[in-house]
Amino acid sequence: MAEFQQFTLNFGPQHPAAHGVLRLVLEMDGEVIQKADPHIGLLHRGTEKLAESKPYSQSIGYMDRLDYVSMMCNEHGYVLAIEKLLGVKPPPRAQYIRVMFDEITRILNHLLWLGCHGLDIGAMTVFLYCFREREDLMDCYEAVSGTRMHATYYRPGGVYRDLPDVMPKYQESKWRSGAGLRRLNDNRGGSLLDFIEDFTERFPACIDDYETLLTDNRIWKQRTVNIGVVTPERAMQLGFTGPMLRGSGIAWDLRKKQPYEVYADLDFDIPVGVNGDCYDRYLVRMEELRQSNRIIRQCVNWLRANPGPVTVDDHKLVPPSREQMKGDMESLIHHFKLFTEGYTVPAGEAYAAVEHPKGEFGVYLVADGTNKPFRVKVRAPGFPHLAAMDEMVRGHMLPDVVAVIGTQDIVFGEIDR
Amino acid sequence: MIAWLNNFLGFLPDPLRILAVIVAQILPLVIVLILCVAFLTYIERKVIGYMQNRIGPNRVGPRGWFQPFADVIKLLVKEVVVPSRANRFLFLVAPLLSIVPALATWAVMPLFPGYAIADIDAGLLYILALTSLSIYGVILAGWASNSKYAFLGAMRSAAQMVAYEIAMGFALVGVLMAGGSLNLGVITEAQSGGFLSWFWLPLFPLFLVYFISGVAETNRAPFDVAEGESEIVAGFHVEYSGVAFAIFFLAEYANMILIAGLTAVMFFGGWHSFLAGSWFMFLDGTPLWFLRQPSLLWLCAKIAFFLFCFLWLRATFPRYRYDQIMRLGWKVFIPVTLVWIMVEGVMIVAQVGPWSSGG
Repeated sequence: MAEFQQFTLNFGPQHPAAHGVLRLVLEMDGEVIQKADPHIGLLHRGTEKLAESKPYSQSIGYMDRLDYVSMMCNEHGYVLAIEKLLGVKPPPRAQYIRVMFDEITRILNHLLWLGCHGLDIGAMTVFLYCFREREDLMDCYEAVSGTRMHATYYRPGGVYRDLPDVMPKYQESKWRSGAGLRRLNDNRGGSLLDFIEDFTERFPACIDDYETLLTDNRIWKQRTVNIGVVTPERAMQLGFTGPMLRGSGIAWDLRKKQPYEVYADLDFDIPVGVNGDCYDRYLVRMEELRQSNRIIRQCVNWLRANPGPVTVDDHKLVPPSREQMKGDMESLIHHFKLFTEGYTVPAGEAYAAVEHPKGEFGVYLVADGTNKPFRVKVRAPGFPHLAAMDEMVRGHMLPDVVAVIGTQDIVFGEIDR
Repeated sequence: MIAWLNNFLGFLPDPLRILAVIVAQILPLVIVLILCVAFLTYIERKVIGYMQNRIGPNRVGPRGWFQPFADVIKLLVKEVVVPSRANRFLFLVAPLLSIVPALATWAVMPLFPGYAIADIDAGLLYILALTSLSIYGVILAGWASNSKYAFLGAMRSAAQMVAYEIAMGFALVGVLMAGGSLNLGVITEAQSGGFLSWFWLPLFPLFLVYFISGVAETNRAPFDVAEGESEIVAGFHVEYSGVAFAIFFLAEYANMILIAGLTAVMFFGGWHSFLAGSWFMFLDGTPLWFLRQPSLLWLCAKIAFFLFCFLWLRATFPRYRYDQIMRLGWKVFIPVTLVWIMVEGVMIVAQVGPWSSGG
């Protein structure tokens, strides 16, 4: 009988579980993985290089498109780096708004992760449950910035504008009318803050819903417990951050360890796992959903009580309002300068990192004193995670590869940049 | 009805007449089955849709009722692509090999009291033979496609078949012992009188094993590793398109209906009425009296219930990994069936419990 030889399976880039454009070359013995070789670069758009040819503010939109499921957190890292070089600090209200939207973004990201992870493992109902809540949060994005995904809402010196006083409502249409329409608009009567508060009240019950479907499900446990185990030491050596690191039991979270914005004033916990397997990382992310919800509530309360400016009062950095611009010569000049040349940033280097939903998202900026960055380097959390793919799946079976891709929460926008 | 048909066609020579009578029985059944399959796809999408907070198909025709026809037309007009290095003959035979057994098994299904197309004494054996045959379609499809994904699907399916055929077979042995016959009509007959005298009660472990193995045999979630969408894309039918794919699709759903039907016949009294027991005597004489009579209606109701369970499972559970399915099959189901067959045998010999009358 002929020797049974290993065979190579080309997993992706067109594959339902490839999360975009992952291409894995798997060497397999039957169904057991001997070697996994991730090939990247299929979504490379040269974001870092593009940013070098534009005034600072015009690259904020590119950051949204890095990790396209946690948009505002990417902006946050970039904007923080610029602020570090400029030496400005946004007013407290802007900081609270940023923190609130960072956490909304975290929920958005984790909901997408949960849905896709569930779908990869075959539990398709969770996916649709998650998207139901994501829709509400997308509406928050839309209410505040005008777009559902690529918000470009954070600006150096604050945020683009204050929170709106009215929440947009669903309009009557061929498909939505009568009782259905009223039910949809039920919690949209007040301001954006009312809507978000209503969401934070509903959301814990939704998390319970997801958990009833998965947490104690025997099949779910069989598919995730002891799959893709990473020891704490190894996780640190591999450069893991975020839930991937916390799942292995290391309580490292930039929001606690190097508090930025107003995280130091807020009350929240950092969940950590024990075994460092897919199931622990799942539990960690589920708890993070609850903690984010808690942070959002605290922000909502603070924002209600403390009105105020949301940008620094410096028209060398922040454009004047449209009204001012139309009536005031100096404002017109500011406006013209900011939207053509932009602002110049003093020469220097800065690295700013935020606790992105996937881990540490950092931006390293080198400024040469002009209106454009000399070099931008993005530290994407997913990149070191993907690099550990081979180690995590070796000796597991093909379905476990899918579980590991899910647990790494890979998004190719940030890995390929 | 058959006598009437024989009379009506009396002018034909005997062989032709017999053939015509057989075809006259088969044709309506197959047409109804295929229509059921079509609407089962629609109902699946609707039921799972509502379970998942969405509406499901509602665009084609009133409330989306014509969606299945739209799907069929779409699949019929698409090209059947045969991969250039595939084994052309087996590639095209495989879909047929999976649909034919799924439909042929219905021949021995007791549809209403005293009627099955082929009322043969080896009905149970016939079913065992044909249901195991249908897996060959899957294996051949995976092999003939000459694709690694399809090949993995076929391998998984082969391993799964071996494990679950045995468990299913043993579960049927239990039914055979309780019913005292291999004839499905007689087995149904043996369950007469109220829902407490159906076999699900004395054979409860076997019923669970049979139904779960049935889900596994039809490659439905959570045992759909042979197609495992997120792992091996579409598994054995990854290279199929157009009508060839449609036939696999048809076969899967026909198999679902079949398994639901067999579960109903063997464990839930087939065409017997749920209300037949003495508790529901008060219905006699009311306009609802017919509900107490055994009829096709009851068989359909039971099949519908089990089909709903199929959909419910699909909406609820994540997918097993294939070695875990093997473990479940070999280490749980087969021992359970063996133990229960022993228990049943001892009780029949000792004339205890519900078997003393049935067996």
